[in-house]
Amino acid sequence: MASTQSAAAPVASPAIAPMIVMEAVEKWYGPYKALTDINLSVRQGEKIVLCGPSGSGKSTLIRCINHLEGYSKGRITVGGVNLTESAKTIDAVRRDVGMVFQQFNLFPHMTILQNCTLSPMRTLGQSKAKAEATARRLLERVKILDQADKYPAQLSGGQQQRVAIARALCMEPKVMLFDEPTSALDPEMVKEVLDTMIGLAEDGMTMIVVTHEMGFARQVADRVIFMAKGEIVEEGHPKDFFTAPKHERTRAFLGEILRH
Amino acid sequence: MVKSPKRATVVSVGGNVGYKFDFGPVWDGMPDLLMGCLGTMGLALAGMLLATVIGIGGVILRDSRFPPLRWLVMSFVELIRNTPFLVQCYFIFFALPLLGEQLGVLMFKFGLLAKPTNLLLLSPTATAIIALGVNGGAYAIEIIRGGVQSISKGQVEAGLALGLHRAQVFRLIVLKPALRAIYPSLTSQFTLLTLTTSVASAIAAYELTSVAEIINGNSFRTFEVYFTVTIMYLIISSLMALLFNAISRRYFSYPVK
Ligand SMILES: Nc1ncnc2c1ncn2[C@@H]1O[C@H](COP(=O)(O)OP(=O)(O)OP(=O)(O)O)[C@@H](O)[C@H]1O
Ligand SMILES: [Mg+2]
Repeated sequence: MASTQSAAAPVASPAIAPMIVMEAVEKWYGPYKALTDINLSVRQGEKIVLCGPSGSGKSTLIRCINHLEGYSKGRITVGGVNLTESAKTIDAVRRDVGMVFQQFNLFPHMTILQNCTLSPMRTLGQSKAKAEATARRLLERVKILDQADKYPAQLSGGQQQRVAIARALCMEPKVMLFDEPTSALDPEMVKEVLDTMIGLAEDGMTMIVVTHEMGFARQVADRVIFMAKGEIVEEGHPKDFFTAPKHERTRAFLGEILRH
Repeated sequence: MVKSPKRATVVSVGGNVGYKFDFGPVWDGMPDLLMGCLGTMGLALAGMLLATVIGIGGVILRDSRFPPLRWLVMSFVELIRNTPFLVQCYFIFFALPLLGEQLGVLMFKFGLLAKPTNLLLLSPTATAIIALGVNGGAYAIEIIRGGVQSISKGQVEAGLALGLHRAQVFRLIVLKPALRAIYPSLTSQFTLLTLTTSVASAIAAYELTSVAEIINGNSFRTFEVYFTVTIMYLIISSLMALLFNAISRRYFSYPVK
């Protein structure tokens, strides 16, 4: 696992501490072991695509990074903060980590703008004016500023997901986690969300993306990680990963999703 | 305290020797009746306010991570929902002061009070408000809890992921959609609460039914009095419905899918 950094050779790695480190992480749901010996190091600016069959633990893994799930064993460090059960470290980590969900999870009773300004005002203590200025800038960036005063239910799925991305960005995170951000979208809306994410990647955001959009993985990922049964089975640069998968399970999985 | 009202037991046949309608006493008593209406609405509004506070607070404690608090709330809800409202009124009005006496003496002995005072001796109006609030609150806990449970876990997770704390997530993200989801049940409970204020006439709280009993006792114009009062309750209920609608339009009118 120590060789994971060199495996992603094409991007020169700066000599600074990695943004995310997971060491021998284990996660149990009662008697069920959802993650086994997860070792992962993510450099600043690195883009990682996480894939694998349903139930393989992809969501669990990224949800451990911002402590939506507590982990049972091992060690997770995010932006230099060792994530423990203490509220202080959880707060610190969540401040730096944005998350986008499959179901968007916009707050239905707030306008798009209010969705974006809520947390900056409440957790960062920003003034309304400052929070709104930031929100407008980021809504502009995801090309949805004209909808700022509408409510989530008045937007299409693709628009809602772009708002969710902008909302997370308003916190000025160092890392963005995406859990199947396009899986709940109608096909014609997938592209607008992926384009937004590509733009974010080009701006140097550190990203971990759970997705089966292999086109996105090819275009953006520095590393593709394949999980099965709670373990990291294989990882590599997309070029190698897609053309010469080493493991039988990876091949079977790729055959499955690339068939259509 | 309560006298059972006299009822007409003899039905006269053929001829107008029986009851003759005379709204005169009702008309004379109209200022009192209108004040009674205000009293009823005051009790109802104060009771609803208290019930809402107890309802929301109860839901927070009911789902707290501290089991004794959960049990406390569950017991409270069961206790209130399985005993009659009138008995609850009597308990607060007649029984609690006896406890308050002992308590006052005790607190005086320990230097917590300057002189022995009965802290639990409540006026009829205060009793009625507390009884209505506590009773309505117990039902509101169950209703609001249903609303909170109808909110998807994703909403909570999105709030937490944005760095908000659990209490902020509840207050800013969960509460409003939860209340919206159960608003019809809550308002029908509160309509019931409004009408239940009439039971407080049993402890002579100032409200419409006790005013009616007084006018009836003085005039024996029983039909006219209770006919008028019935209409008045209907109007009060309608006013409450208008209020509920206005609140709904003000706070819960955001579009949903
Ligand atoms: N709260 C929970 N309690 C118990 N088991 C859980 C819980 N959450 C997830 N699991 C189990 O852990 C395993 C991994 O789940 P996870 O959601 O991480 O998978 P996934 O790879 O994201 O799958 P999918 O592609 O379907 O989203 C699954 O077997 C799931 O049933
Ligand atoms: Mg998942």
